[in-house]
Amino acid sequence: MWEDRDRFVLSKGHGCPILYAAMAKSGYFPEEEIYTLRKINSRLQGHPDHVRFPFIETSSGSLGQGLSVAQGMAIAAKLNHKKYKIYCLLGDGEIQEGQIWETAMSAPKFQLDNLVAIIDANQGQIDGHTRDVMDLAPLKKKWEAFNWDVQEINGHEFHEILTALDKAQLERKKPHMIIANTVKGKGVSFMEDNIEWHGVAPTPEQRDKAIKELNDKVLKG
Amino acid sequence: MTKYLKVNPSVQKASRTAFGETLVHMGEKHPEIVVLDADLSVSTKSAGFAKKFPDRFFHMGIAEANMIGTAAGLALSGKTPFLCSFGCFVAGRFETIRISIAYNQVNARIMGTHAGLGIGEDGYTQMALEDIALMRSLPGMGVLQPGDPVETRKMIEYLSSHHKGPVYVRLTRQNLVSLFSEDYEFEYGKGVVLKEGKDIALLATGGVVYNSYVASQTLEKEGISSTVINIHTLKPIEEELIVHTAKSHKRLVTVEDHNIIGGLGSAVSEVLAENGIGTPLLRIGVEDIYGESGTAENLYEKYGLSINKIYEKTLQFFQESNRPGR
Repeated sequence: MWEDRDRFVLSKGHGCPILYAAMAKSGYFPEEEIYTLRKINSRLQGHPDHVRFPFIETSSGSLGQGLSVAQGMAIAAKLNHKKYKIYCLLGDGEIQEGQIWETAMSAPKFQLDNLVAIIDANQGQIDGHTRDVMDLAPLKKKWEAFNWDVQEINGHEFHEILTALDKAQLERKKPHMIIANTVKGKGVSFMEDNIEWHGVAPTPEQRDKAIKELNDKVLKG
Repeated sequence: MTKYLKVNPSVQKASRTAFGETLVHMGEKHPEIVVLDADLSVSTKSAGFAKKFPDRFFHMGIAEANMIGTAAGLALSGKTPFLCSFGCFVAGRFETIRISIAYNQVNARIMGTHAGLGIGEDGYTQMALEDIALMRSLPGMGVLQPGDPVETRKMIEYLSSHHKGPVYVRLTRQNLVSLFSEDYEFEYGKGVVLKEGKDIALLATGGVVYNSYVASQTLEKEGISSTVINIHTLKPIEEELIVHTAKSHKRLVTVEDHNIIGGLGSAVSEVLAENGIGTPLLRIGVEDIYGESGTAENLYEKYGLSINKIYEKTLQFFQESNRPGR
């Protein structure tokens, strides 16, 4: 991997299938390897594995750790006078971990304006909605109180995502937090905001139905 | 026997102090070294580096997990982080070490100071007695514990310039007697024979190596010929040396300021069992109980790690197991 690349840390490691798919599409590895996901001897572990698959910036999946690791990368970039950015995707359930708030405290102290964290605020976790399991509100105020540069967006609107990422380059001396409000299973009628689909793979029939619905909405809509 | 033995009780220094001094020298030579501390830099002795290289030192506050993860990120970016705290506090954040440092196999040096009963008056909550057990269970994690100030310096020099992969280093609060000459050469994974005998062998690690050495000399007066080996690398443990020592002695004793479960005693037991060697073994250490407050000297006497207690326990072990009919 080239030294001056931007880094992407998938702290919510359980989201790795979509990362693998994006990497395959970007040419990091042959697309057919996708089908080794979670199978024995695969580089594509059930949660990201940096040693087996060095294109992954850090192993993750044990929640709460990725933001600290991303912070270390951001400090290293500053020490080396490098311009690259570090992006870190967090789950909203994940930020219930105490270690997240240790980093919430430290990243502003180190003035890590090269660190862009994004919360996938889908309001779902294994045992239910975040508001019922362990409420995160007021989410934006919490990060503002810790002195981050905070934006809140609709995480399904590409122009909002791109604008937020651009704006995150502007504010100096502060780390950036983008709270991306999302809906789990967005665009699939039988999955949308249904906690029962957390961590469940669809059957081939359900998959085909879901893809058809998404194609109808995204491509034709 | 090592040619570097030069025991000098008038020269004493804590291994944490030798670490702190060496780290400053290594910081000059190796710009990739960075240091993190969780509000204990005065105690862990990383403060010297902080003063000399403020741009490469990071106060992480009382937040060890974040320190561990941050160190992993620095190491993944080509730095060599030394992250420092008391052994119990840093090893206690096991899950973060497990994934961010160990599973990533990064070049982080985890420095756990104030090891064992030797911390003294602070009492059990600040006392690392299970850290070796935890760190030994992580694949690819080196576990080191120097036995004197010279060995500490040489170990830190080695870890600053050569070693690849994660390492846990266990250091003492209390002063340690200087055991080696200045030209001592540190060899990762190799035990150091301090004294050769034929009846019984004491394998010791860390702050109790000197006590074991003196206890061994006293045993000679009882007509018991004893070997003393300093085990500075607890993982990977030197299997060949242990097998050879077990086969060439009637009895083995391990001595450590740590729970006898999971530390040196366990590591040696595993080697003996796997090699089918039945040499009787006495594990001297903290016997699966919590520590308490007191001076280090008082605690070593009470829990069996003073020179006198190591001597008594070893003598009793030798005599009992040598009785006719046993």
